[in-house]
Amino acid sequence: MDVAAWVRAGAAVLEQERDRLNRLDADIGDGDHGANMTRGFKAAAERVASGAPAADALRTVGMTLLSTVGGAAGPLYGSFFIGLAGGLRDVSDADADVWATALEAATAAVQRRGKAEPGDKTMVDALVPARDALRGAAAGASLQEALQAAADAAQKGAEATVPLLARKGRASYLGERSIGHQDPGATSTALLLQALAATADEQ
Amino acid sequence: MKKLINDPEAVVSEALEGIAAAHPDTLRVSFDPAYIARADGPVRGKVGILSGGGSGHEPLHGGFVGRGMLDVACPGAVFTSPTPDQMLAATQAVDGGAGVLHIVKNYTGDVMNFETAAELAETEVVSVLVDDDVAVQDSTYTAGRRGVGATVLVEKIAGAAAEAGRPLAEVAALARRVDENARSMGMALTSCTVPHVGTPTFELAEDEMEIGIGIHGEPGRERVELEPADKIVDRLLEPILSDLPFSSGDRVLAFVNGMGGTPLIELYIVYRRVAQVLGERGLKIERNLVGNFITSLEMAGTSITLLKLDDELVQLWDAPVDTTALRWGV
Repeated sequence: MDVAAWVRAGAAVLEQERDRLNRLDADIGDGDHGANMTRGFKAAAERVASGAPAADALRTVGMTLLSTVGGAAGPLYGSFFIGLAGGLRDVSDADADVWATALEAATAAVQRRGKAEPGDKTMVDALVPARDALRGAAAGASLQEALQAAADAAQKGAEATVPLLARKGRASYLGERSIGHQDPGATSTALLLQALAATADEQ
Repeated sequence: MKKLINDPEAVVSEALEGIAAAHPDTLRVSFDPAYIARADGPVRGKVGILSGGGSGHEPLHGGFVGRGMLDVACPGAVFTSPTPDQMLAATQAVDGGAGVLHIVKNYTGDVMNFETAAELAETEVVSVLVDDDVAVQDSTYTAGRRGVGATVLVEKIAGAAAEAGRPLAEVAALARRVDENARSMGMALTSCTVPHVGTPTFELAEDEMEIGIGIHGEPGRERVELEPADKIVDRLLEPILSDLPFSSGDRVLAFVNGMGGTPLIELYIVYRRVAQVLGERGLKIERNLVGNFITSLEMAGTSITLLKLDDELVQLWDAPVDTTALRWGV
């Protein structure tokens, strides 16, 4: 898995979906999630070289997001990538099982930082089903198939945030008015995991 | 979008260049990572006072850097928390050997970024959260109350205490006391447009207003039909007064703040009613502040903050302050 290729793909899809993410965020937040994520991933794509060891590259991505995204998404996605890096350290040929472990570590890191549980209408609602799908598929599937299962689960998880009442972040200030909108953080998580699966497919 | 800018992506950096050009004698501006520091800092033996948050709330926080208030301010992108690398560099820049106080407005992003910075800092750091907005129900099911108008009062009073040579634990305790004794609520007549987004954060019809608005255009308690100023003030004051609660005989500081797009003449109409109502309730306004101090870009609207005073808080409020936005006693 070439992390640089994933980050470039992620930056491209975030740029493409920038306005939609901004609009989702405007519905229940302050309307800049697409802009902030695009800025962070562009910077990360510039700093990560193709062929670097996965753990080093993921850590660089995490530190870059931490210093360029701002808002809540910066520390959360920073923790996510630094958590992934921890799971892939000292692994030269990561298979589905290794990625499942890494995604477990990354999900735990996000939950430690943001203190959100499934059902709070946050990126955790995409991450947790993706983590579970990847673990479930890891035993019998190729890396690409397992990552695709994770991406599909994240997408379903993001869509399932629509009827939820937000309990974390700015959206929680809306109370009942947060119901009926898809969470922008869960949406960007699903986009990034989709980019990961597509990158694995090309390699 | 109609704004006096060159490039939506360069708004914060170009404003910083302007601040550096305007105040070279009193402020030192770092561009990467971005912070605005006292030119004469760090002050040896003094607790450093650091605050920060998204840009777009000017003069908060950079306008409050100077003797008697903040040692350094970290501006984030517009309405976006600054990042841990900025906070770390700023903490180091104002460390005079007596530790550094981080004043953090209670927003999820700010809290997480400041937490990360405090974990990484080698200096002794104590963080104080400001959460004075009564428009948000204080519940375990939300991110908690937002930090709004009381931030200005916390920064002034903590800054005065640090300037007087008080140790970090006492400065932090005073900052918490101000937060615990202050309550605020705001309202918007119009929305605002984040430059790098380009479209208004929310829509308000010509005859509507949003009560309980946050300083980033987050929706508040309710959207209602526009009313005369006196009725709006009554709507804002009622939840503030009943929350602490403030009662007859209390000494208070009354702070009428503009959201950025409301002229001072209207803010004084607001203050007029605040003084009437507090007088009727038997509260004694011992100090006041009227003007645009914690804004939401070009949003029209106001927020009201009341702080319950005691002799020590009055003395610290009156202490000399020399910043671009607040200046007295110098």
